Amino acid sequence: MIQVLLFAHLREQVGQDELAIPENQMTVAELRTLMVHQYALHIQDVMVAVNEAYAVDTDVIYDGDTVALIPPVSGG
Amino acid sequence: MFEIVTAPISIGKVIEEVGHRNAGAIVTFIGTVREMTGDKKTIYLAYEAYEPMARAMLAEIGQQIKKQWPGTITAIVHRIGRLDIGEAAVVIAVSSPHRQDAYAANRYAIERIKKLVPIWKKEHWAHGETWIGNQQESVSYTNKDI
Repeated sequence: MIQVLLFAHLREQVGQDELAIPENQMTVAELRTLMVHQYALHIQDVMVAVNEAYAVDTDVIYDGDTVALIPPVSGG
Repeated sequence: MFEIVTAPISIGKVIEEVGHRNAGAIVTFIGTVREMTGDKKTIYLAYEAYEPMARAMLAEIGQQIKKQWPGTITAIVHRIGRLDIGEAAVVIAVSSPHRQDAYAANRYAIERIKKLVPIWKKEHWAHGETWIGNQQESVSYTNKDI
């Protein structure tokens, strides 16, 4: 299972702060596609972090990993 | 000191953290909550963070600064939760033997935070609320976007 954390407007749109994806292995690109199709999220500008490090679309996510969808940040 | 906190930031403590005998300069940046953005009036801001990653990235920024400007010491504290007008959202203190490095390193720290560190703010206006979408504050997520 892959845990997906949601923040800011994505969290509000889905109505929960995390999702459990029943997959053993998928690429970041595949996860993006899933989020778009299953949750109708607009994630073009969203960065993906796997286990607290920014990842690229070809990186592979495994069972037990924690993924975060990170919309453009606005700290400071 | 690289922290994400919910209580008001003690600016003096952040500065003390970087002071030492061989420091010739301490540059401090304080990001505060602004009331007016154009003709829009902010009532308060609500910040949230992906805390473990944000904390780790603040520490990483500190490491990068140490490498790029040897002899500097950096401390960064960002506050999350509800912040009212005038309150400090982020405090960055950098000390160095000479002022040029402290200025440059401090500027670098805030630019990195605004680009990369997973922290978000939601503007609560007089008539509504908006998640702010990027560091230039030119993109926001309104209902039509989501």
